[in-house]
Amino acid sequence: MGHVHSGALGWVAGISIGAIYHLMTRLFHTEMFSERLVNFHFWTATIGTVVYIVAMWVSGIMQGLMWRAYDEYGTLAYTFVESVDAMHPYYAMRAVGGMIFLLGAIVMLFNVLMTVRKSVSEGSLAKARTLPAAA
Amino acid sequence: MADHNVKPKSFQERMEVNIWLLLVVTALVLSVGGLVEIVPLFVMKDTMEHHRYPEIVWAKAGQEAIVTVDEAGKPAWNWKAGGGVRPYTALELAGRDIYQREGCYLCHSQMVRPFRDEKERYGHYSLASESMFDHPMQWGSKRTGPDLARVGGKYSDEWHRQHLRAPRSLVPESVMPNYPWLDDAYVDGKKMQVHLRGLRAIGVPYADADIESAPALVEGKTELDALVNYLQVLGTMAVLNESTAYRE
Repeated sequence: MGHVHSGALGWVAGISIGAIYHLMTRLFHTEMFSERLVNFHFWTATIGTVVYIVAMWVSGIMQGLMWRAYDEYGTLAYTFVESVDAMHPYYAMRAVGGMIFLLGAIVMLFNVLMTVRKSVSEGSLAKARTLPAAA
Repeated sequence: MADHNVKPKSFQERMEVNIWLLLVVTALVLSVGGLVEIVPLFVMKDTMEHHRYPEIVWAKAGQEAIVTVDEAGKPAWNWKAGGGVRPYTALELAGRDIYQREGCYLCHSQMVRPFRDEKERYGHYSLASESMFDHPMQWGSKRTGPDLARVGGKYSDEWHRQHLRAPRSLVPESVMPNYPWLDDAYVDGKKMQVHLRGLRAIGVPYADADIESAPALVEGKTELDALVNYLQVLGTMAVLNESTAYRE
């Protein structure tokens, strides 16, 4: 869980978000509505991902160690449900990390929509279309 | 911007400018890897343990009915508990369908790995032959809840009923959802008959009598009955010998 989400949130989502911001300026021939919100999104995505994967990584390793832990008599030290219970705080931490990440995504949606509106009101897209194509 | 009218000079360049060609060629290349790694497993005798240990499969599967139902609705079993891996009865299969419909596999695996702690917690490690009649198998790897490959017989039927209705009434720390609606729906006998025929068409050995008796077997059974029936047979079909090395 920790490993797959560091890839999903850190790499796949990171690349996709960067591509969206880049393409917005290219496709609509304008600057983003707010650079500051883009920076804000960068930090929410980064911090959200870190909180999320730290929680998952720690709880995953803890779960594995609990499952295979023995007591002094050589019998299993924990029941399955004790491992479920022990993971509770990490799942709460995961939810917080996910929330921060989601907040960034909502900010991006707002920023993108405002950029489209800005492009329409400026007429930058229409202007770009009438320009002769670059060779 | 580059000139769009230049003809691609080589196969490489053609793929670079044609996304559809790139996709087709990528699929071809990837399927070579898949075919080389996966197909031999279907042919090799070592994959399934029952080639070396035929006693773990019920010898009469497909020749005799697993269970028949007389006119009074009383079941008569030809297969005896621990008699070897066999296809699911209509009622167990209905339970398995509910298991999949409710997404139980998202939190429960059915695959005991060959480690000491797994053996002590769940029982003998799973054999490939034990899921030979599963379509599709439910092995999985995500264990939000415990593995269920050998849950059969560990708890009473009544425990399972209560646990499915309200898990936290028995296990306070549980994070499993309640499934109260399983009490209210009944299993459709005609549908199960069609399902058994479908499985037989892809090679699961059901006898004619298994298919004929399917509606009688599930008559008046709720979804909860079916699911509990399924859970109670998991991992109990074959009695595995502690001292036999089923896998190298």
